[in-house]
Amino acid sequence: MAGPVDPEKQPAPAPDGNRPSLSLHVPEPKYRPGDTVDFSDIDIGTPGGQPRPDESAHPSQMGELAYSLIRVLGDDNQAHGPWNPRLDPETLRQMLGHMAMVRAFDERMFRGQRQGKTSFYMKCTGEEATSIAPAMALASDDMVFPSYRQQGILIARGYPLIEMINQIYSNKADKLKGRQLPIMYSSREHGFFSISGNLATQTPQAVGWAMASAIKGDSRIAATWVGEGSTAEGDFHSACTFAAVYNAPVILNIINNQWAISSFSGFAGAERTTFAARGLGYGIAALRVDGNDALACFAAAQWAANRARANQGPTLIEYFTYRAEGHSTSDDPSGYRSAQEREEWPLGDPVTRLKAHLIDIGEWDEERHAAMDLECAELVKATTKEAEKNGILGHGLHHPFHTMFEDVYEELPWHLEEQADQAIRERIAKFGTERPFG
Amino acid sequence: MSEDTQTVANAETAPERRLNMIEAINEALDIMLARDPDVIIMGEDVGYFGGVFRATAGLQAKHGKTRVFDTPISECGIIGVAVGMGAYGLRPVPEIQFADYIYPGLDQLISEAARLRYRSAGDFIAPMTVRSPFGGGIFGGQTHSQSPEAIFTHVSGLKTVIPATPYDAKGLLIAAIEDNDPVIFFEPKRIYNGPFSGFYDKPVEPWKKHADSVVPEGYYRIPLGKARIVRTGEAMTILTYGTMVHVAEAVAREKGVDAEIIDLRTLVPLDIEAIEASVEKTGRCMIVHEATRTSGFGAELSALVTERCFYHLEAPVERVTGFDTPYPHSLEWAYFPGPVRIGDAIDKLLKD
Repeated sequence: MAGPVDPEKQPAPAPDGNRPSLSLHVPEPKYRPGDTVDFSDIDIGTPGGQPRPDESAHPSQMGELAYSLIRVLGDDNQAHGPWNPRLDPETLRQMLGHMAMVRAFDERMFRGQRQGKTSFYMKCTGEEATSIAPAMALASDDMVFPSYRQQGILIARGYPLIEMINQIYSNKADKLKGRQLPIMYSSREHGFFSISGNLATQTPQAVGWAMASAIKGDSRIAATWVGEGSTAEGDFHSACTFAAVYNAPVILNIINNQWAISSFSGFAGAERTTFAARGLGYGIAALRVDGNDALACFAAAQWAANRARANQGPTLIEYFTYRAEGHSTSDDPSGYRSAQEREEWPLGDPVTRLKAHLIDIGEWDEERHAAMDLECAELVKATTKEAEKNGILGHGLHHPFHTMFEDVYEELPWHLEEQADQAIRERIAKFGTERPFG
Repeated sequence: MSEDTQTVANAETAPERRLNMIEAINEALDIMLARDPDVIIMGEDVGYFGGVFRATAGLQAKHGKTRVFDTPISECGIIGVAVGMGAYGLRPVPEIQFADYIYPGLDQLISEAARLRYRSAGDFIAPMTVRSPFGGGIFGGQTHSQSPEAIFTHVSGLKTVIPATPYDAKGLLIAAIEDNDPVIFFEPKRIYNGPFSGFYDKPVEPWKKHADSVVPEGYYRIPLGKARIVRTGEAMTILTYGTMVHVAEAVAREKGVDAEIIDLRTLVPLDIEAIEASVEKTGRCMIVHEATRTSGFGAELSALVTERCFYHLEAPVERVTGFDTPYPHSLEWAYFPGPVRIGDAIDKLLKD
């Protein structure tokens, strides 16, 4: 097609001599909206088919576990192989109960955001096992440095639901004084580090906490959670380096849920290797686990916790799972991925699978499950009503203005004191009183 | 009688000891390692070797490898693990080998250490003192000479401390380590060994000839947020810190100007009372720092003085700074805000 030559759009210079021209590879997910999904190419291995090395094994002797999938629960709903944690039925029911509670909580809070009660929410649907099972495998005083989709840890550790909702509503009872985006919880009492919102920053912090525990001759260990997309951050590399160098008693959990907002895992390197394999380059023990298999998740976390507690150092675990819902209430995944992915996910749903296992071994039934779901929904509903008495976002029932200036430093410096006076003057100018809503 | 005054009282009867700034810093670290089992020191080359400037010399041998240790070359990692250690209950004192290298750790400092107390409503804190040599005048080129203090003074939640003498370095460092907020402790490396006057063509005097090299033994602290009046005067106020305290002092002396020189010592929190009292007395104000000019801390000082002391001012506030270029190597002394630049500003300030 002939036309005037645009000097800005000249063709690339011809390759020099015999050298071929280069081309850039930009990853592309297999399926986009409307596509028919076929996940049969994903090698999910066989439940019970993976060896379980001793917790003191050298990482180089267990390399294959970074590439396969540790699985316990089979399609026959039975637990298989050496990774079967052999939990008693009461513990299994407890695990199922926590997962059901998280799901009920997510449903209600998501709806609450849609009803304008708060600004933001993030569900963990489909990923419940990746936080609840590891939390149950840890000791209650081990320290966790979560990312933003690990509400299951708080549920498993018995954090009061009303505190979670107060935080989500940023109301006058919010223990974080309305300062943080909803779901960025913090509870020292529950060994749950303040969630940042900046990605992967918690990973070297967990390593530092673990190093401190080792420096002090303590017996507590640390664990951190990070999304597969965020492993691209330099912080993650720093965390792995420090964990390896100092043999830190830490568990580095990567939640590979396939999607980082709209970017598929290929943008974090998944086209070339597994995320678990990252560990091997550092000489860190690495496990890759079916993240929708609560028993496999528990067993892997327990292995890593035993290893860390025996002073055998860090473990990196990749939980292979699927983010069944959008990234957050601000996200619409129908714009970038096929809705069929969730249905076709080859490793099913973690709640359904654990429930089927419990029924199959004669320790649960549909009636009890239905009753439990109802009980969870009722409890969340009642607690929500209770929390709403403390206010919802934007309805005036927030912490006093002066608290905005507190905790920037341990003591209020003069410039913040002046600014606090200004904020209160502005308030009075607008409403005639500092606290118009009581 | 508080422990602070007691120690000083004892020191007054002890024989006079003179230390350079490195020795004073080393002593502060040694004292804090001994006093508080939660203090740990880490950084590149700080362990067995004792640091490229020798600030941690002998500390690993004395206090052990789990209290004083080398780290990977990863400023993000150093600050990141320090946040986690603080959450555990330790009081880490990480060293960043040069202030110019601190940038890979900025996210951990700005978004994490500085914000942790606030975002967790006091549930978690990140007490840490990040020590780092800063400033030029040593032919370090652009990656060993910068003065990035204004990046940190702009961050709510951080404190920024810069000593100008061995006595202050020890007392301020102890106070910084004991502080429950994250502190950036910038050490002016040009004056590690002597109070550089800015007259680079004259021989440098060692610290032992300077009154503020007398450093008492043992524990003492200088509170953060309190400025030091280096010399009193009536003709003008010079607000400065770090190396430039000594340069400003030498120039004022050389020119015979009756300047009141204030060494700020802490930029955040700032001793606004000392600044206001001095400027209201002299009616003229000059600010001297080595850092680049645009959005430098001098801009903040100038704004504060103008806002708060305007009706006492007899002339516009003068700023003397480095130029807005990367720190050059061969033209170091053309960049450095030395005696000529300060002298011109003094003349201008006194003209009206």
